[in-house]
Amino acid sequence: MADTHEPEEKPVHPLTSRRSRLYEWLDSRTGIGSLLHEALDEPIPGGARWAYVFGSVLLFLFISQTVTGVFLSLYYAPTADHAHTTVAYIIKEVTGGSFLRSLHAYGSSAVVIVLLLHLTQTFLYGAYKGRREVLWISGCALLGLMLAMAFTGYLLPWDQKAFFATTVGTNMASEIPWVGSLLKRFMRGGNEMGTLTLSRFFVAHVFLLPAAIMGLVAAHVYLFRKAGAAGPPSEDPVHPRLPTQRFYPRQVVMDTIVALLMILVLGLLAHFAPTELGPKANPADTQYVPRPEWYYLPFFQWLKYFKGPWAVVGIVIVPTITAALVIVLPFIDRRLERRPWRRPIAVGIFLAILLTLITFGLLSKREDRLDPAIAKQVAKQNEETEQFMREPFEPEAAASSLSAQAVAVLDPLATAGKKIYDSESCDACHGENGIGTNAGPKLAGATAQKTAEELSNLLRHPTAKMLAGEMKPVDVSDEDLKALVAYIKSLK
Amino acid sequence: MYESEGAIVRAENAVENESLTRRSFLGVLLGFGTVVMGAALSVPLIRFALHPLLTKTTEIGWSDVGKIDEFASLREPMKKLITVEQRDGWRKIVSEKAIYVLPMKDGALRVLSPICPHLGCSIPWIEAKQQFICPCHTAVFALDGARISGPAPRPMDDLESKIDNGMLKVRYQYFRQLISKKEVLA
Repeated sequence: MADTHEPEEKPVHPLTSRRSRLYEWLDSRTGIGSLLHEALDEPIPGGARWAYVFGSVLLFLFISQTVTGVFLSLYYAPTADHAHTTVAYIIKEVTGGSFLRSLHAYGSSAVVIVLLLHLTQTFLYGAYKGRREVLWISGCALLGLMLAMAFTGYLLPWDQKAFFATTVGTNMASEIPWVGSLLKRFMRGGNEMGTLTLSRFFVAHVFLLPAAIMGLVAAHVYLFRKAGAAGPPSEDPVHPRLPTQRFYPRQVVMDTIVALLMILVLGLLAHFAPTELGPKANPADTQYVPRPEWYYLPFFQWLKYFKGPWAVVGIVIVPTITAALVIVLPFIDRRLERRPWRRPIAVGIFLAILLTLITFGLLSKREDRLDPAIAKQVAKQNEETEQFMREPFEPEAAASSLSAQAVAVLDPLATAGKKIYDSESCDACHGENGIGTNAGPKLAGATAQKTAEELSNLLRHPTAKMLAGEMKPVDVSDEDLKALVAYIKSLK
Repeated sequence: MYESEGAIVRAENAVENESLTRRSFLGVLLGFGTVVMGAALSVPLIRFALHPLLTKTTEIGWSDVGKIDEFASLREPMKKLITVEQRDGWRKIVSEKAIYVLPMKDGALRVLSPICPHLGCSIPWIEAKQQFICPCHTAVFALDGARISGPAPRPMDDLESKIDNGMLKVRYQYFRQLISKKEVLA
């Protein structure tokens, strides 16, 4: 039977006929054609420009951070006991571990840099104007979430730097009126920094924040498409007049080139200047001079000017007002004029803020250099980090390894019992320290319900079930049996 | 400036619309480039993920048994507890294992595993009988570990040992049970 739906044969290029048949097959089942059209044929008024690459590069960096982050978590354990060991293991032992961790760490800095560039471009081009308020707000939220990612990720290696920087960071939260103390304790999972803090930061860093970012990125891209590309500053943001060029291929090629350059720079940095890990966090250290990552330095410096009761102004009031002003910017600045030279006040304020941030950052570096006490301590800290990096990886003794020694110290009767346990070959079936094997059940922690007398009785006269499992009646002196019972009961 | 920009874009669009082959050529180039770059970038990721498979982190090293002077005048097997360190990724598991040091013969020390090659029970040295007798199924072995009677399919297993700086060292291993040939359990 002839298929009436078969499209008419059209003359096609012999080289492309095969591809297009596969494409049609796929398209009729997935609608990939309209998807690609939607994604790639977006009109850009005035055509592709290098200035527009930052959004795509951010998306690319976010994917890179996600992939490297997922791989790093293959070897990472988020507890105060193990976090530092596992990161040391990653960078000192695992193939390519130092490289991947450095990619991830430098990647976070790259995200902050490109975020600033994206923000600056959007601001200077007036691309937040003309029905783009929600788009702008979603971008502000993403900026906040990314900074939160940087803050939470910083603690995870649990070295001195991470520990003390986060101690300061969480302390600042307590300056917030009314809820500050509660917020600080909520973030830390208690009054002090500890393993619960690490768990909380880990959960935020790998589950909550990434989920929120993914959702908001989708919203941001959708809202961007809804509003349309704003084009150059000379363009009308609501009703573009300039002839358009499609997103693909020119803009795609530009975005790709910059993304590739980005990964090249990050790769070279990660390879030739890998991120270091300092000695394990020591909360008892009172000398340590904590310094935040470079992108928090301006804020760090800013806080130095607000002493005592004024701290709340520096930590809470001014930053809140600034953030609020940034968020409501498209509601305040409602003129459709986009050319920066025609908006001197807005551009002036923006550049002033940017310049202030840079100045504060540089001032912070300078003050540390000029203060001999701090310069000396910072040099010492750097030397400690170098020293730790030179040491070979030292594996951590598993908790189960230590229990035998702990028993020996605690109870001489149990120590004597261990000798009987070993000489009577109990370990053959019940395993080293009663941890159990395929041949015999675990004893450690399994005898808490039984009294010493009941246990002695069981050892002398095993039940039918025990006998069926090849358990032999224990044939030792009463004294030895007492020691053996003490040992078995001591196993935890 | 506005006019010239528009003109360029118009001209470019005209070229694009004229021949779609340039678009698809670029598409192939981009797709190819992406695949190549993706493959290159995934190399460190794959190596990273395969690390535990490509390195022997679980191999057991040498454990100290004791100074050789201690064993010079042995008349019968001596049970010693050794500390075995085993790597498990980023942690090490330190455990105690029992071994037997045999009396010196022709100036050489031998170390036996106490684990019965029958079903894996630990075999005690029965001084009164001067034999190793397994408590589980009564396999009997001579002073040098040779099989005398019972269900064991082979003699007691020798452990690899060496003398280093006057210290007897042993590499603790497990062997497959119930077979007549000694075979290391991986």
